[in-house]
Amino acid sequence: MTRKQKKILLRILLASVMLVIVRLLPSDGWLRFALFMLPYLCVGYDILIKAVKGIIHLQPFDENFLMAVATVGAIVLQEYPEGVAVMLFYQIGELFQSVAVGKSRRNISALMNIRPDFANLEGADGGTEAVDPYEVAVESVIVVRPGEKIPIDGVILSGESSLNTVTLTGESTPRDVGVGDEVVSGCMNVSGVLRVRTTKPFGESTVSKILDLVENASAKKSRSEHFIAKFARVYTPAVCLSALALAILPPVASLLLQRAPMWSDWIYRALTFLVISCPCALVISIPLTFFGGIGGASRAGILIKGSNYMETLSRVSTVALDKTGTLTEGSFDAVHVEARGVSEEMLLEYAALAELYSTHPIAQGLCRAVKQPLEAARVCDVTEMGGHGVNALVDGVRVCVGNEKLMATHGITAEMPQGVGTVVYVALDGVYAGAILLADRVKESAAEAIDALTRAGVRRKVMLTGDAHEVGEAVARDLGLDGAACELLPQDKLAAVERMLSEQKKGEYLAFVGDGINDAPVLSRADIGVAMGALGSDAAIEAADVVLMDDDPRKIARAIRISRKCMRIVRQNIALALGVKALCLILGALGIANMWLAIFADVGVMVPAVLNAIRALYVK
Amino acid sequence: MKKTYQIEVDCANCANKMEIAASKTAGVKTASVNFMALKMTVEFEEGSDERTVMKQVLKACRKIEPDCEIEF
Repeated sequence: MTRKQKKILLRILLASVMLVIVRLLPSDGWLRFALFMLPYLCVGYDILIKAVKGIIHLQPFDENFLMAVATVGAIVLQEYPEGVAVMLFYQIGELFQSVAVGKSRRNISALMNIRPDFANLEGADGGTEAVDPYEVAVESVIVVRPGEKIPIDGVILSGESSLNTVTLTGESTPRDVGVGDEVVSGCMNVSGVLRVRTTKPFGESTVSKILDLVENASAKKSRSEHFIAKFARVYTPAVCLSALALAILPPVASLLLQRAPMWSDWIYRALTFLVISCPCALVISIPLTFFGGIGGASRAGILIKGSNYMETLSRVSTVALDKTGTLTEGSFDAVHVEARGVSEEMLLEYAALAELYSTHPIAQGLCRAVKQPLEAARVCDVTEMGGHGVNALVDGVRVCVGNEKLMATHGITAEMPQGVGTVVYVALDGVYAGAILLADRVKESAAEAIDALTRAGVRRKVMLTGDAHEVGEAVARDLGLDGAACELLPQDKLAAVERMLSEQKKGEYLAFVGDGINDAPVLSRADIGVAMGALGSDAAIEAADVVLMDDDPRKIARAIRISRKCMRIVRQNIALALGVKALCLILGALGIANMWLAIFADVGVMVPAVLNAIRALYVK
Repeated sequence: MKKTYQIEVDCANCANKMEIAASKTAGVKTASVNFMALKMTVEFEEGSDERTVMKQVLKACRKIEPDCEIEF
């Protein structure tokens, strides 16, 4: 509790004690008034001052003003205990709200306390000094000991260790790293001492970026929050005018009907209305719920970049998934070689050398398949044709490595090898030399992930891939997907998503899941863009609306479940707050509820609403 | 030019009102308040002086919520 809050608590306790004492003392007339003024002013003087300021600034629908009018009105009607009690409960309610919100903020920040506080900077003499990570310049050397968190993104200069990425991904699977590996801030160094050369300043390191993202996610307001804000603006004046009407109309009507007007009765009920006119519980619990939901999700390694995305995610009925890297490992392994006229080793070697400069996963798979070191000096004159393959000069031999389309352009007939997989044909000096079959392994968790999506209520699950029909459709069948669009060029992927978007029903959304780097246009076009395996990828974090920090496709379903739970809690809170308010208004108008009950119900509703909101933090 | 400031405000309703008051202040193009993170982001009109505008924003917000604070 802050000092300000402690002061108010003291005043509340003091006033409560005074109220009890004063109620028990027999007194009447002016003495009674004076005695009740003690607890009243003790607990409410600042409200009265703010109410007067509110009048001066012409802000009549200020809750301070309303509380002041209600309590002063009660006192004028000589309902002294009521007046004091209302003020007391109001202050209790405000204090509770303040403390609860502060606590939730701190809880969520503590959960997110993945930011390291220091960095061991290596000096010129080789010794280390613990410094503020903000002060470490790029290209400095820092030392990370076992048990410490890596403070800044960088590259390992020396040392080997195992890293625990639980703070970023929510999973404790260890990652082995060694010299030359890039490491990301926030990871816990488990076993060995590492010397790291920093590549970014602290403020731009992964862990800072993630924290900023989570904190600022609350700024992107959801539709629910906009609705509540608008509602609150309308609600308060509406209830106040109703209070006025309630104070005047029934008595006037009674007078006209020649019956007793019962002014004090109706004014009392009107005052009760004023007490209920504060929309606080409603307005506070919704943002708190989203904050909790976003915080809880980030602990599970799921970064949702805005409350609005949380809402959209909960209504996803179609998921389009990229194949390579999302459903499959993304590493093509050479599983079968059929050579014609050359040895298999030579075929692989020449193909790998030709593909040495390519960043395509197939190229990397080929290079991995060759045991000996590949000398770049043997390769020159490399041309890569997108969608076809690579032409290069290796040891003076013209090598063409690619699919049938590439072979066709050179007028070479290729022989399809046995087996399902991605085929790469090789031609040496214009003569067909053989084919290499590469397989991209489906992730072990992929089938479970698709299953989880179905159970989460996603009706359509479609795969999009640039890979061949046989491969794509086989994977789709194995995983139980509802469809696959294969052999797509990048612009075809966008068109496919556009088509699926037009088929969506109103209020139902489409999510696209990819590995972020080259899927940026599709990620932005989809209702929700989900980037997978973003550990260390700035591009993915930028492009997507939801970022999954590790490569686990099961997290997609989990993200949907989290968002659904969050929205459920939001709806519960809205229903609770509105319901209780409506009930109190009715009971107040009928004279059944007195002011005590009214304010108690108001405050009372805030407590479960806030506690319910905190539930959003805990995600399965 | 966009800048983000730390703010202090007690209730979410007041935060919403502050957002509206800030948006209506001269020299402010758009303003948004993040109650949970206690931050206000202001986009300034071309050629307006940050300090002068923020002083006006604080004045406007104080009318609504006398206890509020904006650190600038």
